[in-house]
Amino acid sequence: MDIATQSIDGGFTEPVFDAQTVFRAIMDAMARPGTVQDLPQIARPPAPLSATAGAVALALCDNDTPIWLDPPLQADASVKAWLGFHTGAPLANTPADAHFALIANPREMAALDGFAQGTQEYPDRSTTLILLVDDLASGPSLLLEGPGIEKTSMIAPPGMPRHFVEQWKQNNQRFPRGVDIILAAPGSLACLPRTTRIKSMEA
Amino acid sequence: MTDIATYNFAYLDEQTKRMIRRAILKGIAIPGYQVPFASREMPMPYGWGTGGVQVTASIIGPDDVLKVIDQGADDTTNAVSIRAFFKKVANVAVTTETAKATIIQTRHRIPEHPLNADQVLVFQVPIPEPLRFLEPRETETRKMHALEEYGLMHVKLYEDIARHGRIATTYAYPVKVEGRYVMDPSPTPKFDNPKMHRSPALQLFGAGREKRIYAVPPFTDVVSLDFEDHPFEVQTFDQPCALCGAGNVYLDEVILDDHGGHMFVCSDTDHCEKRRADGHHGHLAPETHLALEAKEPAE
Repeated sequence: MDIATQSIDGGFTEPVFDAQTVFRAIMDAMARPGTVQDLPQIARPPAPLSATAGAVALALCDNDTPIWLDPPLQADASVKAWLGFHTGAPLANTPADAHFALIANPREMAALDGFAQGTQEYPDRSTTLILLVDDLASGPSLLLEGPGIEKTSMIAPPGMPRHFVEQWKQNNQRFPRGVDIILAAPGSLACLPRTTRIKSMEA
Repeated sequence: MTDIATYNFAYLDEQTKRMIRRAILKGIAIPGYQVPFASREMPMPYGWGTGGVQVTASIIGPDDVLKVIDQGADDTTNAVSIRAFFKKVANVAVTTETAKATIIQTRHRIPEHPLNADQVLVFQVPIPEPLRFLEPRETETRKMHALEEYGLMHVKLYEDIARHGRIATTYAYPVKVEGRYVMDPSPTPKFDNPKMHRSPALQLFGAGREKRIYAVPPFTDVVSLDFEDHPFEVQTFDQPCALCGAGNVYLDEVILDDHGGHMFVCSDTDHCEKRRADGHHGHLAPETHLALEAKEPAE
């Protein structure tokens, strides 16, 4: 299949209701960090972009939101064409210019502090990172606490960035500046807003 | 669905919804911080809840059940018209029962019935900036929030004490969210402030004219500002609701005649009706009518 066809197929079939479904899953996940929200496959982007990450991009991105792609996604012309056709979002030249960043390979990703952190006056002007993960249960356990969590919650995404717990602690310390993370797994997603603290990590 | 074919679902266009949805996510991630957003003209005047309406329109789906209250009541102009608006443009189910709603849009009250984790409370906010009447310049208030410089607010509360002997602020009582941002809880009576603290429901705030959205995630600390020697207190009433006999609820004064006759009744109409249906009654409840109505079916 050529790039032109690939880039046109695979969007939302019901743009209004699909976008609302995806957004509510993200909103609930962001409001309750560590909870896993199920998301049926409603977008079919070209690999290596996953269905969940593609759906999140379609629900949130448009011509107002520059997207940064990590090298595996950047290298794939069909992903760029698909995002361009369905969202109209420009590509950010650097991570610091991005409103959203799509990361297909979190293990090798750039440091969290390289992305837009917002300013002390406008902490909302920061990058939201969409990390593609294989699942939310097979990796090292992250024990979470903070706003949105009654006592503690647990999540275990595999293949997270290097020194993630340490990097996240620094992200916490920058509050109210900092990045937020959407973990996109097949069929589900979870969020780590900048307020969430990671208490400990088992091996 | 044919009757809404001339509108997009929930009135707003999709790009507007995406913009508002992004603002909501930032608001949740930074509890209490006012996220600027490109508020739209709505088919109702500013001050009628355009901020709340835009937030509700951006989160609502076809399966949601919407409740709208105005000062606690389901049957006042603002509540009725906004409920009718969403019925028309989104074709969603509406209710007056707090427990059955998934989204509750409110003007100036939090329902008496405890909220649960599956509910979202959407507040209509006139002036989102708690420091606005102390410092009119947006550039300055923004800097004060950035530097967590809230001394002015404490001075204001102190001046209340100096003048009145107590903190005289009774509504829009400033709160501190998760130990960081001072936030305006919207002009709810301070009676409702404790309900915001670690609420299991997500709370979203929309200010249409002032173009700000902010949020309090579930289980988030919301602490009313006070002093050690003048701790925060909610209003108390020396008599229960005249219709349903409920204590520990927020009451409205209703004038009965022009000879000074008055009664205090629940501001939350759903709560009051529920209690009366369950057989509770206050000293001014039309008991005879109720008793007659109850007897009739048996006869």
